[in-house]
Amino acid sequence: MSALTHVSAAAGETPAPVPQPDHKGRRWVPYLLLLPGALWLLVFFVVPLLQLFTVSLQSEFPGYPGYYYRDLNFGNYVTALTDFAPQFGRSILFAGLATFFAFCLAYPLAYAMAFKAGRWRNVMLIAVIAPFFTSFILRTVAWRQILADEGPVASTLNYLHLLPGGRITETWVAVVAGLTYNFLPFMVLPIYASLERADPRVIEAGGDLYANGFTTFRTVTLPISMPGVLAGTLLTFIPAAGDYVNAELLGSDNTKMIGNVIESQFFRVLGGFPVAAALSFTLMALILALVFVYVRRFGTEELV
Amino acid sequence: MTRWLGNRFAMITALLVLLYLFLPVAYTFVFSFNNYKKSNITWNPEGSPTLKHWQDPCGAPGVCESLVKSLEIGVIATVAATALGTLLAFAMVRHRFRGRTTSNVLVFVPMATPEIVLGASLLTIFVQGFSNVGLQLGFWTIVIAHIMFCISFVVVTVKARLQSLDPRLEEAAQDLYAGPGSTFWKITFPLVLPGIVGAALLAFSLSFDDFIITNFVSGNETTFPKFVYISYLRGIPAQANVIGFSMFVIALALVVVGQLVSNARKK
Repeated sequence: MSALTHVSAAAGETPAPVPQPDHKGRRWVPYLLLLPGALWLLVFFVVPLLQLFTVSLQSEFPGYPGYYYRDLNFGNYVTALTDFAPQFGRSILFAGLATFFAFCLAYPLAYAMAFKAGRWRNVMLIAVIAPFFTSFILRTVAWRQILADEGPVASTLNYLHLLPGGRITETWVAVVAGLTYNFLPFMVLPIYASLERADPRVIEAGGDLYANGFTTFRTVTLPISMPGVLAGTLLTFIPAAGDYVNAELLGSDNTKMIGNVIESQFFRVLGGFPVAAALSFTLMALILALVFVYVRRFGTEELV
Repeated sequence: MTRWLGNRFAMITALLVLLYLFLPVAYTFVFSFNNYKKSNITWNPEGSPTLKHWQDPCGAPGVCESLVKSLEIGVIATVAATALGTLLAFAMVRHRFRGRTTSNVLVFVPMATPEIVLGASLLTIFVQGFSNVGLQLGFWTIVIAHIMFCISFVVVTVKARLQSLDPRLEEAAQDLYAGPGSTFWKITFPLVLPGIVGAALLAFSLSFDDFIITNFVSGNETTFPKFVYISYLRGIPAQANVIGFSMFVIALALVVVGQLVSNARKK
């Protein structure tokens, strides 16, 4: 921070981003390169977060719904954590399940891409990214059609009497399925990246040492790919925990997540701003705590 | 027989997972030919498949306007975020300076923040702060937000490319009496360019497909994802499927052409 302030004082009359290499001037180069982007993140990321925090402590003018004054109203946090505890719990649970299922689907795919695909590797890589180019809302709506009561999945399962309750949409199963689907590529890509870097001979050597394939996988392959697994876990869990589109399009009132509450508090509840801000801030703190534990435990190299 | 994840098992599972990834895209494609009456949710066998939505992709009110808005926002946000992010990446890889760890954190944390928190915090500051200086929710607040969340992804992409460069190439140029300027423009920049192009494409696709943050900061402005989301209750017009699928084909074509070009260059 101190670096930034003394740069902004010095950078006043130097518009060119790369000054000539006179030795005294060169020390400023990194700060000049840094300045525009860092300033942008400061003004439109850090400052809004601080603002969100002050809003989370605001109180409403009695008798003037929708008007707030600056306050230290910690009651907003109490409301956020007591009234909306089920939605918080669901967010963590659904995001955790989705992350687990995404891992189960992503690992074989990433493994096949790294070790078995040969010259099809790039084609498969493009295939993983390609669905991204169709708007994710359109794809989620497509899932609603696929899982609908009269759709192929539900009607087949119903025909086989395998579907207790008779439907998939508007249940938690549909929400978790949608979350798993939407964030699956975020799990595949980092795992693939860490497996691709691995030397296949190491894994072969593992195969020679332990005749059992499962032991090789557990003691050699999985540890090698661990950085990718961890990055993928964060990249899947974080957006899934904050998502409200899947719960909105695929779920019902009983499957609402914390994102749905924040969205409706902001847009549909008059005077909902402070509680909504308190909810957002709690979610942010929860996720940052999780990231912090991860980083402390496993290091940051794979993340940044 | 004893090999866990043997050849076939891994490959078959991989293909099934890919199939799963493409299933909704296929649905979007098929339903663009649906001759539906009220809402495009169930297949109407009468008169389907029809080409009428493909012949008139702007036929539904608002769909093309929202697409144009998304493209405009995407281009502006991509150019700005790529420029700012590339400068940041150069500073962070090529220089040692005080505050380097702080800038790393500043770049990393926005990526670790759920979109809904980014959207909510921007909304509070746009509504309670910036509206006093005349910035109302709309086109430019969306652009500002998109630049913000794209910067980090640009930094990460360009950084990876910069870190993989062989420093000996630049040293060689300087040994051959190239000044810092010409070393940069003749050696460093062309080598980093693929990373910058990749970062720009990533930024554009993130911006183009963003819904959650956009929904918070857009006011009455409508982007393509927001259009689809809003029209969901009344029924999404098949023209949205036409446009969604076309974007998929265009992006795929670009990726394939890019791959062919880079393969041809290597030879």
